[in-house]
Amino acid sequence: MDEMVFTVSQLNTRIKMLLEADPALSRVIVRGELSNYKIYPSGHHYFTLKDADASLRCVMFKSAADKLRFRPENGMSVTVTGRISVYPRDGAYQLYASDILPEGTGDLQVAFEQLKAKLAAEGLFDAAHKKPLPPFPRTVAVITSGAGAAVHDIIRVMSKRWPLTKIVVLPVRVQGTEAPPEIAGALRYANQYKIADLIITGRGGGSIEDLWAFNDERVARAIYESETPVISAVGHEPDVTISDYVADRRAATPSNAAEIAVPDISEVRELLGGLKIRQGQAVRKKLTEYRRQLESLVSRPALTDPEVYLGTKRMALDYARANLVRAAEKNTAVRKQDYVTLAAKLDALSPLKVLGRGYSITEKDGKIVRNAGEVQPGDRIGVRLTGGKLDCTVKGVTHE
Amino acid sequence: MNKPMTFEQSLDRLDQIVKSLERGDAPLAESLGLFEEGAKLICSCGAMLDKAEQKVVQLRKGEDGKPEELPFE
Repeated sequence: MDEMVFTVSQLNTRIKMLLEADPALSRVIVRGELSNYKIYPSGHHYFTLKDADASLRCVMFKSAADKLRFRPENGMSVTVTGRISVYPRDGAYQLYASDILPEGTGDLQVAFEQLKAKLAAEGLFDAAHKKPLPPFPRTVAVITSGAGAAVHDIIRVMSKRWPLTKIVVLPVRVQGTEAPPEIAGALRYANQYKIADLIITGRGGGSIEDLWAFNDERVARAIYESETPVISAVGHEPDVTISDYVADRRAATPSNAAEIAVPDISEVRELLGGLKIRQGQAVRKKLTEYRRQLESLVSRPALTDPEVYLGTKRMALDYARANLVRAAEKNTAVRKQDYVTLAAKLDALSPLKVLGRGYSITEKDGKIVRNAGEVQPGDRIGVRLTGGKLDCTVKGVTHE
Repeated sequence: MNKPMTFEQSLDRLDQIVKSLERGDAPLAESLGLFEEGAKLICSCGAMLDKAEQKVVQLRKGEDGKPEELPFE
Protein backbone atom coordinates (compact mmCIF):
# COMPACT_ATOMS: atom_id res chain seq x y z
CA MET A 1 0.00 0.00 0.00
CA ASP A 2 1.56 3.14 -1.19
CA GLU A 3 -1.23 5.31 -0.05
CA MET A 4 -0.37 8.89 0.86
CA VAL A 5 -0.76 10.06 4.45
CA PHE A 6 -1.54 13.76 4.99
CA THR A 7 -1.17 15.76 8.09
CA VAL A 8 -4.33 17.70 8.94
CA SER A 9 -2.64 20.94 8.01
CA GLN A 10 -1.54 19.52 4.67
CA LEU A 11 -5.05 18.35 3.86
CA ASN A 12 -6.69 21.60 4.83
CA THR A 13 -4.17 23.57 2.85
CA ARG A 14 -4.82 21.36 -0.19
CA ILE A 15 -8.57 21.89 0.04
CA LYS A 16 -8.00 25.62 0.54
CA MET A 17 -5.87 25.77 -2.64
CA LEU A 18 -8.46 23.78 -4.52
CA LEU A 19 -11.27 26.12 -3.56
CA GLU A 20 -9.26 29.26 -4.17
CA ALA A 21 -8.35 28.03 -7.63
CA ASP A 22 -12.00 28.02 -8.66
CA PRO A 23 -12.71 31.38 -10.30
CA ALA A 24 -16.45 30.95 -9.65
CA LEU A 25 -15.75 30.91 -5.90
CA SER A 26 -13.26 33.78 -5.85
CA ARG A 27 -16.13 36.24 -6.27
CA VAL A 28 -19.57 35.05 -5.28
CA ILE A 29 -22.78 36.86 -4.45
CA VAL A 30 -24.97 34.96 -2.01
CA ARG A 31 -28.52 35.77 -0.99
CA GLY A 32 -29.70 34.79 2.47
CA GLU A 33 -30.79 35.86 5.89
CA LEU A 34 -28.40 37.23 8.52
CA SER A 35 -28.19 35.38 11.81
CA ASN A 36 -25.90 35.17 14.80
CA TYR A 37 -24.39 38.52 13.84
CA LYS A 38 -21.46 39.49 16.10
CA ILE A 39 -19.05 42.39 16.05
CA TYR A 40 -15.79 41.57 17.83
CA PRO A 41 -13.63 44.13 19.65
CA SER A 42 -11.13 43.70 16.82
CA GLY A 43 -13.72 45.30 14.53
CA HIS A 44 -14.26 42.13 12.49
CA HIS A 45 -17.85 41.02 11.90
CA TYR A 46 -18.83 37.34 12.20
CA PHE A 47 -22.19 36.01 11.09
CA THR A 48 -24.10 33.15 9.49
CA LEU A 49 -25.98 33.43 6.24
CA LYS A 50 -28.83 30.99 5.94
CA ASP A 51 -31.89 29.96 4.03
CA ALA A 52 -34.53 27.37 4.94
CA ASP A 53 -32.24 24.36 4.45
CA ALA A 54 -28.65 25.48 4.70
CA SER A 55 -26.23 27.84 6.41
CA LEU A 56 -22.90 29.43 5.55
CA ARG A 57 -20.33 30.84 7.96
CA CYS A 58 -19.15 34.31 7.04
CA VAL A 59 -16.55 36.78 8.20
CA MET A 60 -16.15 40.42 7.26
CA PHE A 61 -12.88 42.07 8.20
CA LYS A 62 -12.80 45.51 9.83
CA SER A 63 -11.51 47.26 6.69
CA ALA A 64 -14.59 46.15 4.71
CA ALA A 65 -17.01 46.46 7.64
CA ASP A 66 -16.08 50.12 8.24
CA LYS A 67 -17.37 50.95 4.78
CA LEU A 68 -20.87 49.65 5.51
CA ARG A 69 -23.36 52.52 5.44
CA PHE A 70 -26.00 50.71 7.47
CA ARG A 71 -25.98 48.49 10.54
CA PRO A 72 -26.62 44.79 9.65
CA GLU A 73 -29.14 43.14 11.94
CA ASN A 74 -30.21 39.53 12.51
CA GLY A 75 -33.12 38.51 10.32
CA MET A 76 -32.30 40.98 7.55
CA SER A 77 -32.49 39.64 3.99
CA VAL A 78 -29.24 40.56 2.30
CA THR A 79 -26.93 39.76 -0.55
CA VAL A 80 -23.32 39.28 0.47
CA THR A 81 -20.41 39.65 -1.90
CA GLY A 82 -17.15 37.82 -1.13
CA ARG A 83 -14.91 34.89 -1.79
CA ILE A 84 -14.97 31.33 -0.51
CA SER A 85 -11.98 30.04 1.35
CA VAL A 86 -11.00 27.72 4.16
CA TYR A 87 -9.99 28.57 7.67
CA PRO A 88 -7.38 25.85 8.18
CA ARG A 89 -7.45 25.95 11.97
CA ASP A 90 -11.10 24.78 12.04
CA GLY A 91 -11.11 22.88 8.77
CA ALA A 92 -14.13 24.90 7.76
CA TYR A 93 -14.82 26.78 4.60
CA GLN A 94 -16.42 30.20 4.92
CA LEU A 95 -17.37 33.27 2.98
CA TYR A 96 -14.96 36.18 3.32
CA ALA A 97 -17.39 39.05 2.77
CA SER A 98 -16.39 42.33 1.15
CA ASP A 99 -19.86 43.93 1.09
CA ILE A 100 -23.37 43.42 2.39
CA LEU A 101 -26.42 44.98 0.76
CA PRO A 102 -29.94 44.88 2.12
CA GLU A 103 -32.44 43.19 -0.19
CA GLY A 104 -35.21 45.25 -1.74
CA THR A 105 -34.32 48.72 -0.48
CA GLY A 106 -30.86 50.17 -0.85
CA ASP A 107 -28.37 50.23 1.98
CA LEU A 108 -28.71 54.02 2.33
CA GLN A 109 -32.45 53.67 2.72
CA VAL A 110 -31.88 51.13 5.51
CA ALA A 111 -29.25 53.33 7.11
CA PHE A 112 -31.67 56.27 6.94
CA GLU A 113 -34.46 54.30 8.61
CA GLN A 114 -32.09 53.00 11.27
CA LEU A 115 -30.74 56.45 12.19
CA LYS A 116 -34.22 57.92 12.08
CA ALA A 117 -35.51 55.28 14.52
CA LYS A 118 -32.52 55.73 16.82
CA LEU A 119 -32.72 59.54 16.98
CA ALA A 120 -36.50 59.48 17.30
CA ALA A 121 -36.14 57.15 20.30
CA GLU A 122 -33.64 59.60 21.82
CA GLY A 123 -36.14 62.42 21.41
CA LEU A 124 -34.21 64.46 18.84
CA PHE A 125 -37.35 65.05 16.77
CA ASP A 126 -39.62 66.00 19.70
CA ALA A 127 -41.91 68.93 18.98
CA ALA A 128 -41.29 70.20 22.53
CA HIS A 129 -37.63 70.78 21.65
CA LYS A 130 -38.40 72.88 18.59
CA LYS A 131 -37.67 76.58 19.03
CA PRO A 132 -39.83 79.35 17.59
CA LEU A 133 -38.27 81.33 14.73
CA PRO A 134 -37.71 85.07 15.26
CA PRO A 135 -40.38 86.99 13.27
CA PHE A 136 -37.89 89.65 12.11
CA PRO A 137 -34.39 88.12 12.21
CA ARG A 138 -31.60 90.70 12.19
CA THR A 139 -28.92 88.30 10.95
CA VAL A 140 -29.39 84.98 9.16
CA ALA A 141 -26.45 82.57 8.89
CA VAL A 142 -26.49 80.41 5.76
CA ILE A 143 -24.50 77.19 6.08
CA THR A 144 -24.17 75.65 2.63
CA SER A 145 -21.85 75.47 -0.34
CA GLY A 146 -20.50 78.91 -1.29
CA ALA A 147 -20.74 77.99 -4.93
CA GLY A 148 -24.05 76.16 -5.31
CA ALA A 149 -27.41 77.40 -6.53
CA ALA A 150 -28.83 77.12 -2.99
CA VAL A 151 -26.92 80.10 -1.56
CA HIS A 152 -27.90 82.33 -4.47
CA ASP A 153 -31.54 81.26 -4.27
CA ILE A 154 -31.57 82.14 -0.58
CA ILE A 155 -29.91 85.55 -1.09
CA ARG A 156 -32.19 86.39 -4.03
CA VAL A 157 -35.43 85.54 -2.22
CA MET A 158 -34.38 87.22 1.02
CA SER A 159 -33.29 90.42 -0.80
CA LYS A 160 -36.65 90.60 -2.51
CA ARG A 161 -38.70 89.91 0.59
CA TRP A 162 -36.86 91.56 3.43
CA PRO A 163 -33.68 93.56 2.77
CA LEU A 164 -33.43 94.55 6.47
CA THR A 165 -31.82 91.24 7.40
CA LYS A 166 -28.07 90.78 7.14
CA ILE A 167 -27.00 87.54 5.50
CA VAL A 168 -23.84 85.81 6.70
CA VAL A 169 -22.65 82.91 4.55
CA LEU A 170 -20.57 80.15 6.17
CA PRO A 171 -19.30 78.18 3.18
CA VAL A 172 -18.96 74.43 3.72
CA ARG A 173 -18.69 71.35 1.58
CA VAL A 174 -22.09 69.69 1.26
CA GLN A 175 -21.09 66.33 -0.16
CA GLY A 176 -18.31 63.83 0.39
CA THR A 177 -16.82 62.46 3.57
CA GLU A 178 -15.66 65.92 4.74
CA ALA A 179 -19.14 67.42 4.45
CA PRO A 180 -20.74 66.18 7.72
CA PRO A 181 -17.94 67.38 10.04
CA GLU A 182 -17.77 70.71 8.18
CA ILE A 183 -21.52 71.32 8.41
CA ALA A 184 -21.62 70.27 12.07
CA GLY A 185 -18.55 72.44 12.77
CA ALA A 186 -20.12 75.51 11.12
CA LEU A 187 -23.32 75.01 13.15
CA ARG A 188 -21.30 74.93 16.38
CA TYR A 189 -19.17 77.91 15.29
CA ALA A 190 -22.25 80.02 14.52
CA ASN A 191 -23.59 79.23 18.00
CA GLN A 192 -20.28 79.82 19.74
CA TYR A 193 -19.90 83.35 18.32
CA LYS A 194 -23.66 84.06 18.26
CA ILE A 195 -23.32 85.05 14.65
CA ALA A 196 -27.00 85.04 13.81
CA ASP A 197 -30.47 84.80 15.31
CA LEU A 198 -31.49 82.25 12.69
CA ILE A 199 -29.56 79.58 10.75
CA ILE A 200 -30.43 78.06 7.39
CA THR A 201 -28.52 74.93 6.43
CA GLY A 202 -29.02 72.78 3.37
CA ARG A 203 -28.21 72.38 -0.30
CA GLY A 204 -29.85 72.05 -3.68
CA GLY A 205 -31.30 68.86 -5.07
CA GLY A 206 -29.39 65.70 -5.97
CA SER A 207 -29.37 61.93 -5.59
CA ILE A 208 -29.75 60.29 -2.19
CA GLU A 209 -25.95 59.96 -2.12
CA ASP A 210 -25.54 63.69 -2.85
CA LEU A 211 -27.84 64.61 0.03
CA TRP A 212 -26.26 62.09 2.35
CA ALA A 213 -24.39 64.57 4.55
CA PHE A 214 -27.77 65.77 5.83
CA ASN A 215 -28.54 62.22 6.94
CA ASP A 216 -25.39 62.13 9.05
CA GLU A 217 -25.70 61.66 12.79
CA ARG A 218 -23.05 64.33 13.51
CA VAL A 219 -25.02 66.92 11.54
CA ALA A 220 -28.26 65.83 13.22
CA ARG A 221 -26.75 66.25 16.69
CA ALA A 222 -25.22 69.64 15.86
CA ILE A 223 -28.65 70.86 14.70
CA TYR A 224 -30.26 69.48 17.85
CA GLU A 225 -27.71 71.19 20.08
CA SER A 226 -27.95 74.55 18.29
CA GLU A 227 -29.33 77.29 20.53
CA THR A 228 -30.00 79.40 17.46
CA PRO A 229 -33.13 78.18 15.64
CA VAL A 230 -32.33 76.15 12.51
CA ILE A 231 -34.24 75.81 9.24
CA SER A 232 -33.25 72.73 7.24
CA ALA A 233 -33.52 73.13 3.46
CA VAL A 234 -32.29 70.08 1.60
CA GLY A 235 -32.96 69.22 -2.03
CA HIS A 236 -36.38 69.44 -3.57
CA GLU A 237 -39.86 69.09 -2.15
CA PRO A 238 -40.00 65.25 -1.87
CA ASP A 239 -36.52 64.87 -0.36
CA VAL A 240 -36.73 64.41 3.38
CA THR A 241 -33.54 64.05 5.40
CA ILE A 242 -32.71 63.42 9.04
CA SER A 243 -31.74 67.13 9.26
CA ASP A 244 -35.31 68.02 8.28
CA TYR A 245 -36.65 65.98 11.19
CA VAL A 246 -34.27 67.50 13.76
CA ALA A 247 -34.44 71.12 12.58
CA ASP A 248 -36.85 73.60 14.16
CA ARG A 249 -38.46 74.03 10.72
CA ARG A 250 -38.21 72.07 7.50
CA ALA A 251 -38.21 73.97 4.23
CA ALA A 252 -39.03 72.17 0.99
CA THR A 253 -36.24 73.97 -0.88
CA PRO A 254 -33.58 76.61 -0.15
CA SER A 255 -35.83 79.32 -1.69
CA ASN A 256 -38.64 78.17 0.58
CA ALA A 257 -36.26 78.46 3.55
CA ALA A 258 -35.76 82.15 2.69
CA GLU A 259 -39.53 82.62 2.53
CA ILE A 260 -39.92 81.03 5.96
CA ALA A 261 -36.97 82.96 7.43
CA VAL A 262 -38.11 86.52 6.74
CA PRO A 263 -41.42 88.37 6.34
CA ASP A 264 -42.59 89.81 3.04
CA ILE A 265 -41.92 93.54 2.89
CA SER A 266 -45.16 94.27 1.02
CA GLU A 267 -47.19 92.47 3.67
CA VAL A 268 -45.43 94.43 6.39
CA ARG A 269 -46.14 97.69 4.54
CA GLU A 270 -49.81 96.67 4.45
CA LEU A 271 -49.65 95.90 8.17
CA LEU A 272 -48.20 99.35 8.85
CA GLY A 273 -50.90 100.92 6.69
CA GLY A 274 -53.52 98.99 8.63
CA LEU A 275 -52.10 100.16 11.96
CA LYS A 276 -52.12 103.75 10.70
CA ILE A 277 -55.80 103.47 9.78
CA ARG A 278 -56.67 101.77 13.05
CA GLN A 279 -54.96 104.36 15.23
CA GLY A 280 -56.59 107.17 13.22
CA GLN A 281 -60.01 105.56 13.66
CA ALA A 282 -59.45 104.98 17.38
CA VAL A 283 -58.56 108.62 18.00
CA ARG A 284 -61.45 109.89 15.86
CA LYS A 285 -63.83 107.66 17.79
CA LYS A 286 -62.49 109.01 21.06
CA LEU A 287 -62.92 112.61 19.90
CA THR A 288 -66.46 111.89 18.68
CA GLU A 289 -67.33 110.43 22.07
CA TYR A 290 -66.04 113.48 23.88
CA ARG A 291 -67.91 115.78 21.48
CA ARG A 292 -71.15 113.89 22.07
CA GLN A 293 -70.66 114.07 25.84
CA LEU A 294 -70.02 117.78 25.60
CA GLU A 295 -73.08 118.32 23.44
CA SER A 296 -75.32 116.42 25.80
CA LEU A 297 -74.04 118.51 28.71
CA VAL A 298 -74.54 121.75 26.83
CA SER A 299 -78.13 120.85 26.00
CA ARG A 300 -79.14 120.39 29.68
CA PRO A 301 -81.70 123.12 30.84
CA ALA A 302 -79.41 124.21 33.66
CA LEU A 303 -76.90 125.43 31.14
CA THR A 304 -79.22 126.53 28.34
CA ASP A 305 -81.66 128.60 30.61
CA PRO A 306 -80.58 129.49 34.15
CA GLU A 307 -84.05 131.08 34.83
CA VAL A 308 -85.67 127.66 34.54
CA TYR A 309 -83.27 126.28 37.08
CA LEU A 310 -83.73 129.15 39.49
CA GLY A 311 -87.52 129.19 38.99
CA THR A 312 -87.70 125.55 39.93
CA LYS A 313 -85.65 126.12 43.03
CA ARG A 314 -87.70 129.14 43.99
CA MET A 315 -90.92 127.17 43.64
CA ALA A 316 -89.55 124.47 45.90
CA LEU A 317 -88.65 127.10 48.45
CA ASP A 318 -92.22 128.51 48.39
CA TYR A 319 -93.68 125.06 48.94
CA ALA A 320 -91.37 124.46 51.83
CA ARG A 321 -92.24 127.76 53.44
CA ALA A 322 -96.01 127.12 53.15
CA ASN A 323 -95.57 123.71 54.70
CA LEU A 324 -93.61 125.18 57.56
CA VAL A 325 -96.26 127.80 58.33
CA ARG A 326 -99.02 125.26 58.14
CA ALA A 327 -97.25 122.92 60.47
CA ALA A 328 -96.51 125.71 62.97
CA GLU A 329 -100.16 126.87 62.98
CA LYS A 330 -101.45 123.38 63.44
CA ASN A 331 -99.10 122.91 66.30
CA THR A 332 -100.26 126.09 68.12
CA ALA A 333 -103.97 125.20 67.81
CA VAL A 334 -103.41 121.76 69.28
CA ARG A 335 -101.45 123.18 72.19
CA LYS A 336 -104.23 125.76 72.97
CA GLN A 337 -106.88 123.07 73.10
CA ASP A 338 -104.72 121.00 75.42
CA TYR A 339 -104.32 123.96 77.77
CA VAL A 340 -108.06 124.62 78.07
CA THR A 341 -108.86 120.98 78.83
CA LEU A 342 -106.06 120.75 81.33
CA ALA A 343 -107.11 123.94 83.10
CA ALA A 344 -110.69 122.66 83.42
CA LYS A 345 -109.47 119.40 84.92
CA LEU A 346 -107.24 121.27 87.33
CA ASP A 347 -110.09 123.50 88.43
CA ALA A 348 -112.40 120.54 89.04
CA LEU A 349 -109.81 118.89 91.23
CA SER A 350 -109.08 121.96 93.36
CA PRO A 351 -109.92 121.29 97.09
CA LEU A 352 -110.97 124.89 97.51
CA LYS A 353 -113.65 124.31 94.95
CA VAL A 354 -114.90 121.28 96.92
CA LEU A 355 -115.00 123.25 100.17
CA GLY A 356 -116.94 125.93 98.30
CA ARG A 357 -119.65 123.39 97.69
CA GLY A 358 -120.10 122.86 101.54
CA TYR A 359 -117.69 119.98 102.13
CA SER A 360 -115.01 120.23 104.86
CA ILE A 361 -111.73 118.47 105.60
CA THR A 362 -111.08 116.93 109.03
CA GLU A 363 -107.47 116.78 110.30
CA LYS A 364 -105.99 115.10 113.33
CA ASP A 365 -102.32 115.66 114.27
CA GLY A 366 -101.78 117.28 110.84
CA LYS A 367 -103.20 114.25 108.94
CA ILE A 368 -106.48 114.09 107.05
CA VAL A 369 -109.14 111.94 108.76
CA ARG A 370 -110.97 109.80 106.18
CA ASN A 371 -112.93 107.49 108.52
CA ALA A 372 -115.01 108.02 111.70
CA GLY A 373 -113.07 105.10 113.29
CA GLU A 374 -109.86 107.12 113.28
CA VAL A 375 -111.06 109.44 116.11
CA GLN A 376 -112.08 108.81 119.73
CA PRO A 377 -114.28 110.96 121.98
CA GLY A 378 -112.08 113.59 123.59
CA ASP A 379 -109.64 113.83 120.56
CA ARG A 380 -108.75 117.24 119.39
CA ILE A 381 -109.36 117.68 115.67
CA GLY A 382 -109.23 120.53 113.14
CA VAL A 383 -111.96 121.16 110.56
CA ARG A 384 -111.05 123.11 107.48
CA LEU A 385 -113.75 124.87 105.45
CA THR A 386 -114.14 127.88 103.23
CA GLY A 387 -113.00 131.00 104.99
CA GLY A 388 -110.92 129.32 107.77
CA LYS A 389 -110.37 126.48 110.30
CA LEU A 390 -112.24 125.25 113.42
CA ASP A 391 -110.48 123.77 116.49
CA CYS A 392 -112.84 121.13 117.95
CA THR A 393 -113.00 118.47 120.68
CA VAL A 394 -114.89 115.26 119.82
CA LYS A 395 -117.87 114.71 122.16
CA GLY A 396 -118.96 111.42 120.70
CA VAL A 397 -118.55 109.13 117.67
CA THR A 398 -121.43 107.52 115.83
CA HIS A 399 -120.50 104.67 113.49
CA GLU A 400 -122.77 104.15 110.48
CA MET B 1 -35.27 106.93 23.47
CA ASN B 2 -31.50 107.43 23.00
CA LYS B 3 -30.99 103.99 21.48
CA PRO B 4 -32.84 103.62 18.15
CA MET B 5 -35.44 100.85 18.25
CA THR B 6 -35.20 97.87 15.92
CA PHE B 7 -37.95 97.34 13.39
CA GLU B 8 -39.45 94.61 15.55
CA GLN B 9 -39.42 96.76 18.70
CA SER B 10 -41.03 99.64 16.79
CA LEU B 11 -43.73 97.35 15.47
CA ASP B 12 -44.38 95.92 18.95
CA ARG B 13 -44.68 99.41 20.44
CA LEU B 14 -46.97 100.44 17.59
CA ASP B 15 -49.17 97.44 18.25
CA GLN B 16 -49.40 98.41 21.95
CA ILE B 17 -50.30 101.99 21.04
CA VAL B 18 -53.05 101.01 18.62
CA LYS B 19 -54.53 98.50 21.07
CA SER B 20 -54.50 101.08 23.86
CA LEU B 21 -56.15 103.66 21.59
CA GLU B 22 -58.76 101.11 20.53
CA ARG B 23 -59.57 100.28 24.14
CA GLY B 24 -60.09 104.01 24.54
CA ASP B 25 -59.37 103.95 28.28
CA ALA B 26 -56.66 106.62 28.29
CA PRO B 27 -57.56 110.26 28.93
CA LEU B 28 -57.78 112.50 25.88
CA ALA B 29 -54.42 114.23 26.33
CA GLU B 30 -52.69 110.86 26.72
CA SER B 31 -54.53 109.44 23.69
CA LEU B 32 -53.36 112.31 21.56
CA GLY B 33 -49.81 111.79 22.83
CA LEU B 34 -50.02 108.09 21.92
CA PHE B 35 -51.39 108.96 18.50
CA GLU B 36 -48.48 111.27 17.87
CA GLU B 37 -45.97 108.63 19.00
CA GLY B 38 -47.71 106.07 16.76
CA ALA B 39 -47.61 108.36 13.75
CA LYS B 40 -43.88 108.91 14.27
CA LEU B 41 -43.27 105.16 14.58
CA ILE B 42 -45.21 104.44 11.38
CA CYS B 43 -43.09 107.06 9.66
CA SER B 44 -39.78 105.66 10.97
CA CYS B 45 -40.79 102.05 10.17
CA GLY B 46 -41.65 103.09 6.61
CA ALA B 47 -38.30 104.87 6.33
CA MET B 48 -36.49 101.75 7.60
CA LEU B 49 -38.19 99.70 4.86
CA ASP B 50 -37.49 102.30 2.18
CA LYS B 51 -33.81 102.69 2.81
CA ALA B 52 -33.00 99.06 3.71
CA GLU B 53 -30.21 97.57 1.66
CA GLN B 54 -29.39 93.90 1.99
CA LYS B 55 -25.98 93.24 3.47
CA VAL B 56 -24.43 89.93 2.43
CA VAL B 57 -21.09 88.85 3.85
CA GLN B 58 -19.07 85.69 3.92
CA LEU B 59 -17.56 84.49 7.17
CA ARG B 60 -14.04 83.24 7.55
CA LYS B 61 -12.46 81.81 10.67
CA GLY B 62 -9.58 84.15 11.53
CA GLU B 63 -6.21 83.10 12.85
CA ASP B 64 -7.38 83.62 16.44
CA GLY B 65 -10.48 81.54 15.67
CA LYS B 66 -12.75 84.59 15.72
CA PRO B 67 -15.01 85.23 12.74
CA GLU B 68 -13.88 87.67 10.05
CA GLU B 69 -16.28 89.14 7.54
CA LEU B 70 -15.43 89.24 3.84
CA PRO B 71 -17.55 90.48 0.97
CA PHE B 72 -19.56 87.66 -0.56
CA GLU B 73 -19.13 87.17 -4.29
